[in-house]
Amino acid sequence: MAGADHTLLDVVGLTVDFTTQEGIVHAVQDVSFSVAPGELVGLVGESGCGKSVTASAILGLTRMLSNAAVSGSIVFQGRNLLALPEKEVRPVRGRDIAMIFQDPVTSLNPVLSIERLMTEGLELHLGMSHREAVTRSVELLQLVGIPKAEQRIHDYPHQFSGGMRQRVMIAIALSCDPKLLLADEPTTALDVTIQAQILRLMKRLSEDAGAAIITITHDLGVVAGMCRRILVMYAGRLVEVGPAKPLFAHPHHPYTVGLLRSVPRLDEPRTERLQSIEGLPPDLSHLPPGCAFAPRCWLASEECWAAAPELLATTDGRLSACFHSEALLAEVPA
Amino acid sequence: MSAVFEDSGGEGGANGGNHASGASGNGALVGVRDLKVYFPITSGIVFRHQIGAVRAVDGISLDVLRGETLGLVGESGCGKSTTGRAILQLIKPTEGHVLYEGADLARLRGRKLRAQRRSMQMIFQDPYASLNSRMTLADIVGEPLLVHHMQPSRKLRQQRVRELLELVGLNPNTLNRYPHEFSGGQRQRIGIARALAVEPNFIVCDEPISALDVSIRAQIINLLKDLQSKFSLTYLFIAHDLSVVRHISDRVAVMYLGRIVELAANDLLYGEPMHPYTQALLSAVPIPDPEAEEHRRAVVLTGDVPSPADPPKGCHFHTRCPVALEGRCDVDDPALLEVRPGHWAACHLITADGYPHIKAGEDSLVETAAGIKGGDE
Repeated sequence: MAGADHTLLDVVGLTVDFTTQEGIVHAVQDVSFSVAPGELVGLVGESGCGKSVTASAILGLTRMLSNAAVSGSIVFQGRNLLALPEKEVRPVRGRDIAMIFQDPVTSLNPVLSIERLMTEGLELHLGMSHREAVTRSVELLQLVGIPKAEQRIHDYPHQFSGGMRQRVMIAIALSCDPKLLLADEPTTALDVTIQAQILRLMKRLSEDAGAAIITITHDLGVVAGMCRRILVMYAGRLVEVGPAKPLFAHPHHPYTVGLLRSVPRLDEPRTERLQSIEGLPPDLSHLPPGCAFAPRCWLASEECWAAAPELLATTDGRLSACFHSEALLAEVPA
Repeated sequence: MSAVFEDSGGEGGANGGNHASGASGNGALVGVRDLKVYFPITSGIVFRHQIGAVRAVDGISLDVLRGETLGLVGESGCGKSTTGRAILQLIKPTEGHVLYEGADLARLRGRKLRAQRRSMQMIFQDPYASLNSRMTLADIVGEPLLVHHMQPSRKLRQQRVRELLELVGLNPNTLNRYPHEFSGGQRQRIGIARALAVEPNFIVCDEPISALDVSIRAQIINLLKDLQSKFSLTYLFIAHDLSVVRHISDRVAVMYLGRIVELAANDLLYGEPMHPYTQALLSAVPIPDPEAEEHRRAVVLTGDVPSPADPPKGCHFHTRCPVALEGRCDVDDPALLEVRPGHWAACHLITADGYPHIKAGEDSLVETAAGIKGGDE
């Protein structure tokens, strides 16, 4: 875990509920974690596990949703963003905390030129003149590897390919020197050869600029090469937290085990069958009282159905929310 | 490993059986010969005229052997889905032939084509868009039976739908429900049941798992494998995920910008990729293991895939290829040749004696993108 004295972001007991026609959806439940400056963290989970909602809450976007009830605290550089009025959050959003969205096609306004998209933040947050902002934008575009940046800054998003658009988005996110970058499925919409380019770019930029990155993804491969620490989410809760290497080598939670087993790997011999996780993720508006993973878990026992396990320390600085973590470790990894 | 394959002359005699009697035993079920699909780019509102063409598929030849799974991989826009659709004649090919058991599908029209379609089905990528939200499962899965006059009795048809639902792992009592009541993985199972309804021999699986969650993907892959062995199905498995394709396929074809650049048995292609593009592609696939990732150097290709509306001259890959030869690769089209037994590749630098090894290196951060698209995609 990050050193307590040196924390950039400290999320404590974050809970987000949405009121919908089908009832209350418990999107995020009691999520706590912290991020050190410059740290590369991976937040892994399947769709609907609450990973994107967590990111929205950190950015203070959930406050704009009338049906969202948010509790807990999100302390960023010593200030609780959830307790601040919108007026004081606004200078933080986009400047100190920036976001790279999943879909570079829909998240760039098609009627604005790259120049407008790039300079808006610089003028608003850093008070630059337009000319200064344009100069800086060109530098940023060059930094993310867009050729002929001086000319291309006048183009519109549709004139760029997917990979190039994602670079533009990264350039916008980096424009105000953020301390924390939230990357929500940054490469899901891209091809593998382009994905490799973008991941390398993000890692390199974080090293140079000292920005912490939370990479949110369902792809275990993406975080494996990129992140030092991994957070695994399932049905709105963190189920396992730990340094990347030991976590991938010996997961302490059955869900992590299942996820790792269910993806075929290029560096391992072919198997006849994949070990799938049977069943479906639970409905977040009708969560079972116990562990949400119990219905799909081969280790589930009576206590799992009775109460949800807490996220507790296991060994070597790891956290796991499972009553059977020790039994799991004793099991020879298949 | 006797992949029957006709291309660029060579040993056409060995494949004669394809045309005459239809493939038998281990032969080809589906043969694709020099398939081209061009989409016209038009201009003008009143007087529409063609100003160019998107060459989605630009001369492909391959055979799908009876009972095998042929994986077709490539990045988005490389024409792999169009190939799948053109094989099923869902898109009319601009040129070329598609042989099904020796009969040329491109010549069939109307009723005859429809009859032939009974043996060829498709599983679509997006289980949300490919099921009619106003139809119940009984109607969705039963419709192919009705279209092909296989089960006119409503009662028996429902009975068959129940069997099919059970076969794909759904509760047979859900047949009066609507698609929105099911999750993505379950919907994909519905799509599979619909494809199986008419007892096809050949199924084109167009990215059947990319829209699904990680934990559900393995379930669907296992299901497809089980069904294949149960009904001795032949699959054309189109996907961009190379690890999944390796898992499910017997042979794999790699496409780049409308052409096949390499085709080989699974172990050959993944064990000893010859084409520079295949090598780069494989090295870019992330491995879910930080330890392995640390010791791996990916070949990072610079730039983007050029636009298929204006593909580069010569080898389509030469603009991004680290070993391209000036004056050769940018001039001549490399033919897809059988370099070693059962291993086809289209590259000037590959000979029977050797092939280029692409080295991974520390690239500079500012990459020069060779082929930025000027227009929209």
